[in-house]
Amino acid sequence: MAIEIRPLEQFTIERLIPLHIGSVDVSYTNAAFLMTVAVVLITALIMLGTRKRALVPGRWQSLAEMSYEFVADMVETNVGHGGREFFPFVFTLFMFILFANFLGLIPYSYTVTSQIIVTFALAAVVFIGVTIVGIVKHGFHFLRLFVPQGVPAPLLLLLVPIELLSYCIRPFTLSIRLFANMLAGHTMLAIFGGFAASIGLLGIFPLGINILLVALEVLVAALQAYVFAILTCLYLSDAINLH
Amino acid sequence: MDLASAKMIGAGLACIALVGAGIGIGNVFSALINSVARNPAAQGQVQPFAFLGFALAEATGLFGLAIAFLILFVF
Repeated sequence: MAIEIRPLEQFTIERLIPLHIGSVDVSYTNAAFLMTVAVVLITALIMLGTRKRALVPGRWQSLAEMSYEFVADMVETNVGHGGREFFPFVFTLFMFILFANFLGLIPYSYTVTSQIIVTFALAAVVFIGVTIVGIVKHGFHFLRLFVPQGVPAPLLLLLVPIELLSYCIRPFTLSIRLFANMLAGHTMLAIFGGFAASIGLLGIFPLGINILLVALEVLVAALQAYVFAILTCLYLSDAINLH
Repeated sequence: MDLASAKMIGAGLACIALVGAGIGIGNVFSALINSVARNPAAQGQVQPFAFLGFALAEATGLFGLAIAFLILFVF
């Protein structure tokens, strides 16, 4: 009766095309495949959507325009005019995470963003990029970011280390938030799926919960992409405007 | 105590983190309802922040849940 529930099995990486360069394993895995699919789909959406350049947009064009305007609006309101040049970066991040999350919701596919190394790489790019932007824009003045203004000197002794610490853990919180959301969500789906399969006719109840959970996961997939993008915007705004 | 039962207890303890997430999410949406009830015109401006707050509050609870899963299924 007991079907063994292995909810973490869905996260195993399989080599589709084994490939080695020297001692380095660069195999084309299922994670890499899903990333390729995400990139191809995004490129297709933008390229096909903007091919006709109609004054009255069709379905594809308005989808492409909506995603463009959504991110452009977000950058404009959160970073200000100085953020215009970083729009392509934020747009790429948002679309990639959004598509990776949504593709992961298709049964038997693979969630790229449930791998901590993927989300950490994205967050590290944001962190290093933002730091470089701040240093290039403000030079030595960038360190003012860690010194809150209008604070008495004795308090600074306490506040500066806190500010410094909260700046340095940004890549970790940013990556773990996305990773934990995806991991927990998909594990939960698998656990309830396992319940539904193992208790026979009564399994209709966990199945119903699972359907609701899928709806929640769709919300979370979009929301986490939005949160990642908006936090990138806020960090950029810190580096550019030095709050 | 053997390892299997210790794992179960540990996973259960890790799930206490969800209390905080529940309080946080409840707070976020109660504040949203409060502010929209006072000033319905502000809904468009306030709602994105509410969902941002929801996602941030939910994530902290999920850290605990992820730890519970790790304890149960990885080690």
